[in-house]
Amino acid sequence: MTPESLLPAPLALEPGQVIDGFRLEERLHQGGMAHIWSVTRVEPLAGEDMPLIMKVPRIKGGEDPATIVGFEVEQMIMPVLKGVHVPRFVARGDWTRQAYIVMERIPGATLRPRLDDAPLPINEVIDIGIRVATALHALHRQHLIHLDVKPSNIMFRPNGEAVLVDFGLSRHDHLPDLLEEEFELPMGTGPYMSPEQVQFVRNDPRSDLFALGVMLYHLLTGERPFGQPTTVRGLRERLYAEPRPPRAIRPEVPPWLQEVILRCLEVDPAKRHPSAAQLALDLREPQGVQLTERAERLQTKGLLSRARRWFASIGTEPQSAGQAGTQVARSPITMAAVDVDNATPALLEALRDAVRRSVQTAPGARLACVGVMRTARIGLDELTDSEGRSHHVKQLVALKHWARPLAAELGLADGRLTFHVLEAPDVAEAIVEFANKCEVDHIIMGARSGSSLSGLRRALGSVSSQVLATSDCTVTMVREKKAE
Amino acid sequence: MKLALISDIHSNRQALEAVLRHAEAAGATQYVFLGDLVGYGGDPGWVVDQVMDYVSRGAIAVQGNHDFYTVNLAPDTMHGNAREALDWTREHLSPTQQRFLAELPLSRQLEDCLFVHANAFAPGGWAYILGRMEAMRSLQATQARYTFCGHMHEPMLYHLSGTGKAGDFSPEPGMEIPLLTHRQWLVIPGACGQPRDGNPAACYALFDHERSTLKFQRVPYDVDTAAATIRAAGLPERLAERLGQGQ
Repeated sequence: MTPESLLPAPLALEPGQVIDGFRLEERLHQGGMAHIWSVTRVEPLAGEDMPLIMKVPRIKGGEDPATIVGFEVEQMIMPVLKGVHVPRFVARGDWTRQAYIVMERIPGATLRPRLDDAPLPINEVIDIGIRVATALHALHRQHLIHLDVKPSNIMFRPNGEAVLVDFGLSRHDHLPDLLEEEFELPMGTGPYMSPEQVQFVRNDPRSDLFALGVMLYHLLTGERPFGQPTTVRGLRERLYAEPRPPRAIRPEVPPWLQEVILRCLEVDPAKRHPSAAQLALDLREPQGVQLTERAERLQTKGLLSRARRWFASIGTEPQSAGQAGTQVARSPITMAAVDVDNATPALLEALRDAVRRSVQTAPGARLACVGVMRTARIGLDELTDSEGRSHHVKQLVALKHWARPLAAELGLADGRLTFHVLEAPDVAEAIVEFANKCEVDHIIMGARSGSSLSGLRRALGSVSSQVLATSDCTVTMVREKKAE
Repeated sequence: MKLALISDIHSNRQALEAVLRHAEAAGATQYVFLGDLVGYGGDPGWVVDQVMDYVSRGAIAVQGNHDFYTVNLAPDTMHGNAREALDWTREHLSPTQQRFLAELPLSRQLEDCLFVHANAFAPGGWAYILGRMEAMRSLQATQARYTFCGHMHEPMLYHLSGTGKAGDFSPEPGMEIPLLTHRQWLVIPGACGQPRDGNPAACYALFDHERSTLKFQRVPYDVDTAAATIRAAGLPERLAERLGQGQ
């Protein structure tokens, strides 16, 4: 093994210096673990027009395993990550000459400065939550768990998309975890570390949801839910201590938002949202959030309860999640688009069967039952019928009635089954828009067979064929079985 | 240089054919056979001829314990089925083929790559790399950055950091893994001719030396014909049926 002393001495970096075809322009940042320089290619590459940065590890004399291994991890992981929610990887440097990573430069500041302005407006916190949860889901689907989610590791593109940076603590299902055996202390950033990370579990993507919950709590209330511990003992407090409910600190926080944030902060990952997409869905569609006692809490439970939880936490071993990819695959968002007004009872039954089969095989699945009320494009609609009941409420009641057998059989509890009534002039468009916005993995809807459609319908294209043509995800068309 | 690392062929013609085809399509430029060319399977002559041909054209081959015990006597400690297969193998190899096995080196080195069947700390002792302890021992016994071993039939990747901490990793087939140059690596591609992790597909690995990236591969092959060959040879039924089970 090459001892540290035999590695070439790190170059003292100066503007104008060229490393492997990249010219150092300006030192942008000097952090504890790395320098960040803006760089340009000595020979411009055709088709590449994005500004670049080079990250160089700052090895503080002699042994510095934390910095070195963290940098190795980032060098290993960044090249395999795709999509807009990570900086695009460009090049990596060999350790035998000069270690570095060149990547896309994301303009602007991180979310860190905004933390100092907390408490932020509620809508802004929700918006940040949606953007970051969407980015996390994209990473989890790529088999990556970030494991150091915090404001200074979050940036935003001009179009609002969140970008996660700094993968020095991350873990990828399909790459060796270089950090697994390396250190004796739990790894992460104190305030944001999940209970399972404190117990050295690194393979649960829901750890990222915990950290996001901590961040949203802080942005919303101006306080840290678990303080800023500097010892392992202090870190372990989150295994049994409850955070103060946000509504106790800031009374105007809506109950559904407290519900969502406190759910992120559950000690048991199995009690949190099964996936980042499901968390994003809750933030986007508050009407679907199932309220539990978490929403109503206005104070932490008493000393006896805390003592009980402390006692329980002593011997606990965290449950292994397996892999990031597995957890995500087990937790799809399924959308049942139900035309309660027009579908025949047989079609509604067939639709229930299809949904039942789909959800049964996915333990963490989230079922969103959606009805669409067609509204006129112009003019006002009749919002109530002759008996004064709101159409919206009628739809909701009908949806819940349709879903009742499913809820009972599948034991759908804890917010796994939610109801949404959309109002739009174009039904197919509304369904597809909801599916795209909420990262739905699977749309299940009823389709009437060709022969039963009127001539006009066939000419214009039915709702189901329109959805099939324009959606981005898997679509199942359910037909009722013809009577023999 | 793109290395194809093929280990523990164990006289399995069909598996080797499939792997060689796959490696060629993947652009392999340097073939390395990590030992145990023979033993257990039904086509020792064909396999040895193939490897001899590749070696004559620049491929590297090292000796495995089954190769050694074919030309010397198998020890009493060797499992019954294995010993029976080796005795049968010995009777079905020509003197030229036997000499080839006898003359195979225990290890070979190419630039910063070490090739050895069992381990680097005592190649002729045939000790298995069962886990991190043995992997660490092997990695500390060599200066080579990359060690490629056979002997263990399940694909595995071990690494040793600058601080002396060893890690292990069960690879995902087809995933490109960067073997960064700041640590040492020990690669076990898994058995080509007798995989034992429940997946019957033949194992091998591709190492792109220039880019320092490694890919573990699984190549499905005609298991039924390989099993039939074993049965036709009169070898124990267990050796035939285990191929389909990947055991």
